[in-house]
Amino acid sequence: MLTVIVVTSLLLGGAYALMAMGLTLQYGVARILNLSTGETLVGAAFASFWLFTAAKLSPLLTLLVVVPAAFVLNWLIYRYLLTPLVRRAKNRGMLEADSILATFGLLFVMQGLMLAGFGGNYYSYSYLAQPVTLFDHTFGLNRLVAFAIAAAVALGLYLGLSHTRQGMAIRAVAVNPLAAGLVAIDVPRTAGFAFALGGALTACGGSLLSMFLTFNASMGVVFTMKALIIVIMGGVGDIRGAVIAALLLALVETMVASLIDPGLTLAATFLLFVLTLLFRPQGIMGKRA
Amino acid sequence: MIFSMQRREVATMAAAAAALAVLAGLPLADDGFWLALGISIASYVAMATAWALFSGPTNYVSLATAAFFGSGAYVVSALAESAPWPVILIAAAAVGALLAFAVGVATLRLSGVHFVIFTFGLAELIRQLVTWYQTTVTGSVGRYIFVEISAAQIYWQLLALCGLTFFIGWAIARSRLGFALRVIGDDETVAAHSGINTAQCKVLLFCISGTLIALVGAVMAPRFTYIEPSIAYGSMVSFQVVIMALLGGARRLWGPLVGVLPFTLLYELISGRFPNHTHLLLGIAFLLIVYFVPQGVSGLLVKAWNRMPWRRAAAAGSKA
Repeated sequence: MLTVIVVTSLLLGGAYALMAMGLTLQYGVARILNLSTGETLVGAAFASFWLFTAAKLSPLLTLLVVVPAAFVLNWLIYRYLLTPLVRRAKNRGMLEADSILATFGLLFVMQGLMLAGFGGNYYSYSYLAQPVTLFDHTFGLNRLVAFAIAAAVALGLYLGLSHTRQGMAIRAVAVNPLAAGLVAIDVPRTAGFAFALGGALTACGGSLLSMFLTFNASMGVVFTMKALIIVIMGGVGDIRGAVIAALLLALVETMVASLIDPGLTLAATFLLFVLTLLFRPQGIMGKRA
Repeated sequence: MIFSMQRREVATMAAAAAALAVLAGLPLADDGFWLALGISIASYVAMATAWALFSGPTNYVSLATAAFFGSGAYVVSALAESAPWPVILIAAAAVGALLAFAVGVATLRLSGVHFVIFTFGLAELIRQLVTWYQTTVTGSVGRYIFVEISAAQIYWQLLALCGLTFFIGWAIARSRLGFALRVIGDDETVAAHSGINTAQCKVLLFCISGTLIALVGAVMAPRFTYIEPSIAYGSMVSFQVVIMALLGGARRLWGPLVGVLPFTLLYELISGRFPNHTHLLLGIAFLLIVYFVPQGVSGLLVKAWNRMPWRRAAAAGSKA
């Protein structure tokens, strides 16, 4: 039983880590608390579903379409929808309030579009649904593949952020946008890139989740909630923290769902959130301000 | 202190009381469409004003309206057959206050972001908990509410709540608490350094706001007849209340009132003509407000008023 729970949560945690890394880039670097991140995720899930059923494309191939599309779309959102707010804001608090309101509106626009396209029904499709035996227990092959891809993407991102010039620029903006500007980093461009990259990661997580989860058009809020809590738990802007917190959240969620009641997963998420707020509000990897 | 009012304030109070008295006559004129519209407007005025009581001065966006509204409604469904109406209302108010207190204590000591995130998921969390409780303990998810209350009585109660909300808002604005909140809204660090217990102020105000919204939920509950978690805790309420308060302008007590009227009519139009696209159209309306009317209609009105010839003359006179 314990092995099943640990392995299942690890496999689920991979996709969670992607969406949390996406949000931590958007919030930690671009300073936009994106309340519509769950809609990006569900949108990508729908895109994969649609390409799979309509064009018989494997979800692994559609990643190559969905992820760049999400990158471009999020870049456009940042450039044309959010940049005016960044310019208008006199301080960080104002930008936070404005961006929360703007992305809250965006949430309903995206949800409305998906409701118009797919209605309120639940969707799922069956891809690579063969059983695989691991540690004497069977798991879906789709979950294993999804985890492998998530792990590869996460590793790539980590290496990219820690070993390239662009990655260093992103980390510099995360620490202090003003100082980053002083050392000749193009802050608006870097922030836009980080926001777009974050959206692409979230979409990647959504496509992977769609391979083994059932989803509907109004589910985004729950994923947004999870992503937000993971980001706070891990420490805003910290990739390693996001990964650790994502795995922790997936573990707690799977335990509650399999040992107590599947209807209480959000309660478990909130419990983690409250514990974080009470005992370590700066996050696992965060530093005290 | 509260009773040392200026002459202008006495006049405003009298005008407000007279307006309430006139509005209270609506059920005598019509008990169909117009009364239903009146109920929906009155409930939103009370909720949006209560929302702005907290979120206006502090700039903390609360997305928890649905949680308070739904909890108020649920108290009614649980007690409807066993307790008299005033007791039910008191219980609903107490539940709202407790909920707000718990959320406030957990989040309001920290930055505004933690608060927003917590309230964002709160309605969904309580919906899950109530569903879980009902499926595992009581066995059935939905409940019927049979209370002997007419539509006109609901309307009058809502009007009374609106009056109460405005009175509380007015009393807070001229109290030490109101002053402290204005300082917090301007700059929280300055507030803390000048000896204001910022967390305590915020929690207290959030409790007041939450209590009022829970009361609206309780008063509105008999309108539902049948209640289940997905109805009572629908996230649309949180969204609508934020839009209305922002449209009107959350920084003035009368702002949300100005926002509710056009928005309720717009909502009627959208949900009547495009029932499948309410989310999309409301989302667009919301974005337009955030981008183009950040100070709200009340801000525009005040600006326009100050540009009138006699106001300009007065300003010029005071300068000279």
